[in-house]
Amino acid sequence: MKFSFSSEQEEFRSNLRRFLGERSPTKEVRRLMATEAGFEAAAWRKLNSELGLTAVRIPEAYGGQGFGFGELCIVLEEMGRSLLCAPFFSTAVLATGAILNAGTEAEKQALLPGIAAGDTVATLAWVEDPAHWDAAATRLTAKPSGAAYVLDGFKSYVVDGHTADLIVVVARAPGTSGDEGLSFFTVKGDAKGLSRTLLKTMDETRKLARLEFKGVEATLLGEAGGAAAPFARTMVEAAVCLANEMAGVSDRLREDALEYAKMRMQFGRAIASFQSMKHKHADMLVDVELAKSAAYYAAAALDEGDDDVVAVASLAKAAASDAALQTAVHAIQIHGGIGFTWDNDTHLWFKRAKSSEVLLGDAHHHREQMMQHWAA
Amino acid sequence: MSELTEDSVRTDVRAWLEANWSPELGLVEWRNKLADSGWGVPTWPKEWYGRDLPQAFQAVVDEEFARIGAIGVAKAGIRTLAAATILAHGTDLHKEKFLRRILTGEDTWCQLFSEPGSGSDVAGAVTRAEMSGNKWIVNGQKVWTTSAHHAHWGLLLARTDWDQTKHKGLSYFIIDMHQPGVNVQPLKQMNGHASFNQVFMTDAVVEPEFLVANVGDGWAVTTTTLMHERRGADGLRTWAMGSDRKGRAYDEERAEIATTMEPYKWYPQRAGRVDLILSRARETGHLDDPVVRQEIAKLLTMSKGAEWTARRARAAAQQGKPQGPEGSLGKLVSSHVARAAARIHTQLSGADALLTGADSPMNGTIAEILVSVPATSIAGGTDEIQRNIISERVLKMPKEPSIDTTKPFRDVPRNTVR
Repeated sequence: MKFSFSSEQEEFRSNLRRFLGERSPTKEVRRLMATEAGFEAAAWRKLNSELGLTAVRIPEAYGGQGFGFGELCIVLEEMGRSLLCAPFFSTAVLATGAILNAGTEAEKQALLPGIAAGDTVATLAWVEDPAHWDAAATRLTAKPSGAAYVLDGFKSYVVDGHTADLIVVVARAPGTSGDEGLSFFTVKGDAKGLSRTLLKTMDETRKLARLEFKGVEATLLGEAGGAAAPFARTMVEAAVCLANEMAGVSDRLREDALEYAKMRMQFGRAIASFQSMKHKHADMLVDVELAKSAAYYAAAALDEGDDDVVAVASLAKAAASDAALQTAVHAIQIHGGIGFTWDNDTHLWFKRAKSSEVLLGDAHHHREQMMQHWAA
Repeated sequence: MSELTEDSVRTDVRAWLEANWSPELGLVEWRNKLADSGWGVPTWPKEWYGRDLPQAFQAVVDEEFARIGAIGVAKAGIRTLAAATILAHGTDLHKEKFLRRILTGEDTWCQLFSEPGSGSDVAGAVTRAEMSGNKWIVNGQKVWTTSAHHAHWGLLLARTDWDQTKHKGLSYFIIDMHQPGVNVQPLKQMNGHASFNQVFMTDAVVEPEFLVANVGDGWAVTTTTLMHERRGADGLRTWAMGSDRKGRAYDEERAEIATTMEPYKWYPQRAGRVDLILSRARETGHLDDPVVRQEIAKLLTMSKGAEWTARRARAAAQQGKPQGPEGSLGKLVSSHVARAAARIHTQLSGADALLTGADSPMNGTIAEILVSVPATSIAGGTDEIQRNIISERVLKMPKEPSIDTTKPFRDVPRNTVR
């Protein structure tokens, strides 16, 4: 197993960090998160074409750069640090993952080059019930209609669902239940019969939408009735990617809180000189570094085809969820009163930590997943 | 002289081992051959039992020893710290007198640093050494001294000047443990074992030539010893394994390991025995309990995270990168892991956690975990000291104000001697 980054990867990371730092200062984050779309299409297309971000893990045969999860997760960690307002997780992780895992050769040829080039914003719509992150709870139906299908039902908590050009939808054949009869479909964002409503999210930097499908024409993606396995794989990958993003969120929270503690004077001394503060920071470093190690290990496990990857992915997500939230709580506390104000930036990352804690299943959910794998 | 390569070193050591190694040799006899040839400690200087080989070739030599099954020099215990300290700071007389018998294992050593009044604050030692006539006379008490009950020699930190500041008034000595002024008593721990000793020195005598470095240099020499102790800490915690092969040398090595490792036999329990958690949950019927499953998963997340963090640190070191924050966290994390494991072992054992010894689960192993784990967050630097180190050295937060290092030590408030 690989435990370190190559010098090329380190260079990629430092360039990206500098770039995102320049393009996504918190002033810009605040401006974009207050818009309905949550990002600016032209600016995102430009940034993406300069850095090739959505292309990172798409194979060269489909117009991508052909890197692995190691590189994709570097991008995600840096996105977490910078809170870049862009439909990256939805497009490059969720939709790309589903297409790569489920799609036929022809479908990949048709769908992926647009994503790699940054022309297509895409997402994956699977959740309906707030208590279920798996596909087995799917109720939305797909009925054959000539060469195509017609979708009826709804999806919710769809990341960037209100702006996506391409929506990958999990649906089931009428009369089926559980993992049987599940298929992936693709639907255009402006399809007839599809109505999209932006949900008001606590984390304004991550937009979620509810999608109503009334007789929406859809194209099958992959094998009819065979979506369960590629969906499960996509969720494992997404958990690892989100864990890496949260590692970036945690590290940024920790660093900003440390910088503040060194600068903030009370009782005639920097609050960083109080032992209670030093010990809290040491504990935060432990939380963040352990979560990072798990996130990096899980990315390598995906790239190297580790047998334990399902458990390791859940471990990484659980560790990152706990570390991000704990670090966010400490960061607000260290800032004191000003940390509770809207003008202070800490709450931006606090809310991202909170939304990522819940997205794809919280720590309890992933710990149980892990145990099902390791203690069957 | 021909160029050293991995192949040339391998050829040389293999030829020498094939000509000299025999399991029927006595252990000391064999190790004297190692000392004479330099193959026992090939990275040491030529004039002191080594061959001046670069560290990079050590692995090749180790491989060849393992291949033929040859026993190496005595490595376990405090003797390696003594050797490293003497090599760095000792006189030729020290090297002449001590190094060979360290390598052969004939002499056992102990480290006389900690005192009842100075645990985390080792430099606050108050054991006094005073010149009287032509000898140093030592009075004071040391504690947590592993192997003192069978050691021949001790590495002693003592105060020689009370008018100097704290760190400048210390000196470092080698003391003969077998003398009337040294009284060693076992120190019984809360888990029932007595792995350490208290050492009482009453007018104990140190010959003047057994001062290491100069009077007042004690703290610098101590730092060398402690640095090697930290570096070797992982090695000490790992169980030394004797070979199960037949032959006189192997028999004698097994006996040596048994003596050296005896104090450490509860160390696996001290770390919490995470390896037993799943099997214990299964055999106690708790594996379906959702609350227990969550707790076990939290523990596994932490212990895997710790393991992978350590491997990140090692990988970075191998690549020659400067040490990142991940390299300083292991000690603190091991305390968290041990505590969480002990909590779950208690939960899994139910009322059986009230028992100990043969009446208790796994013939006392679980009970031993519960009463040994508290040592993890104290020994080798308490959690609180670890947090100070992490925050000051890694995170560059302000140092604790020191009120004890600028005035004469005799004016520094300290614990009263009982």
